[in-house]
Amino acid sequence: MRRRQRLRVVGVEPVGLYTLLRLERGGLEPGIPGQFFMLSPPGRVLPRPMSLCLAPPGELAFLLDPIGPGTRALCGLEPGDELAVFGPLGNGFDLRVERPLLVGGGIGIAPLPYLSEVLGQPPAVLGFRSDAHAEAASLLSQAEIVVDPVLVTECSLGGHHVLACGPEPMLHAVRDLVPDAQLAWEAPMACGYGACYGCAVEIDGEWKRLCVEGPVLAA
Amino acid sequence: MLLNASGCLDAVTAPEVARQLDAFVTKTVTPLPRPGNAPTRIVETEAGMLNSIGLANPGRERFLEHTLPMLREIGVPLWVSVGGFSAREYAEICGRLDGLEAIELNLSCPNVDEAPESASEIVAACRAATGLPLYAKLSPASWDIGEAARAVEAAGADGLSLVNTMRGLALDARSLEPVLGTATGGYSGPALKPIALAAVFACRRATALPIVGMGGVTTGRDAIELVAAGATAVALGTILFADPDAPIRIRAEIGAELELLGFDSLDAVRGVAHSGGAVLAGR
Repeated sequence: MRRRQRLRVVGVEPVGLYTLLRLERGGLEPGIPGQFFMLSPPGRVLPRPMSLCLAPPGELAFLLDPIGPGTRALCGLEPGDELAVFGPLGNGFDLRVERPLLVGGGIGIAPLPYLSEVLGQPPAVLGFRSDAHAEAASLLSQAEIVVDPVLVTECSLGGHHVLACGPEPMLHAVRDLVPDAQLAWEAPMACGYGACYGCAVEIDGEWKRLCVEGPVLAA
Repeated sequence: MLLNASGCLDAVTAPEVARQLDAFVTKTVTPLPRPGNAPTRIVETEAGMLNSIGLANPGRERFLEHTLPMLREIGVPLWVSVGGFSAREYAEICGRLDGLEAIELNLSCPNVDEAPESASEIVAACRAATGLPLYAKLSPASWDIGEAARAVEAAGADGLSLVNTMRGLALDARSLEPVLGTATGGYSGPALKPIALAAVFACRRATALPIVGMGGVTTGRDAIELVAAGATAVALGTILFADPDAPIRIRAEIGAELELLGFDSLDAVRGVAHSGGAVLAGR
């Protein structure tokens, strides 16, 4: 059940060039891996959609890449600060899979640590654009890391059920290699609950709101 | 009376939010289905946001057969927002609607081509097609919105919805190219509030029509200000994206603010901004 609540920051930790924002869980449920929450950065008009990265007892943790005013404001929070959080939202990964393989690229690895934990730490292939970014792989066990992005798509994905999150070109490449992969997509959205139609994408001739019908879609 | 601004809430997806309102206003319905504009459709700016949704909607037939029955089950009074690309298209949809609290004519979407006819010609065509209350939604980007209000009143409008978004542009931080797929979009959010206040103020001077005031309402205080300027009802737009619990919060804030200001009710506030005899700049 989704809820909106003000949560207290308990930790803001660097993970390579990313930031792990740890919040008190309050009355919110962590949801299914791949679901997301709307986080309201202080001083901004719109909240930002973030998939849950980790769900330690009593906490919700989000992996952030400070690339714009919203994510920078979130990374600038300090322990004790509060922010409004709304979720969990959208559809997560289908967890009824055999021989899962997680594939992540860049900040797209965000939902994979929680997913890995729930699936019993299956193998993962993670791509990053630099060694400094690749330090985020420490959030997952059993991860094979590649820093040349081309190599991600050349890994052997056969025989596995692939669950992937990352930049769009990576997701398209994964879909070409593994037609039945589960892919977590991203689009700018204002609301996260189907109100704004900002995140609508055309899939097989039909327009779907990623926040309601996604963000995880079967390829 | 608290409503949502058209296009800022989907009552089918979030009925629990719609039930917090006194009436639900649909996304604009057009004769044919519209997928909407190419992404990117949303971007936050310094004091608001731009959208370029482009009136995405399932079209008149599917709306009437599929969406409207689902909306009726929610149990909130309904307003349907009607759009089109000619007066005839607007009127044809109006003629197919019944059992509603009101129809809002979207005469001012900044993201699609306008009908060739004037707002008052469209209102007149719709007036001939329906007996339901007709609210004309006007753009704030007009030099003399009071004159526009008088024109739609003369054409048969029963009320005004003030204001729609204003056209705006945002450029990408690195490439300096437009962020939105359509380059420009409709600007909404806190930056729109003084513009909405000015439009409501001017139209209250120009006509006695009921006015739904909207534009940047974020708090109960904002809603009270629109009522003081002359609004009879207030609609929430961008704030619903950020806070689906906003209707409950804003109602509570209105109560607290009225008490602080020493007013018994919102009715007592209505039009107070006009009582000092301020002279309206320009028109």
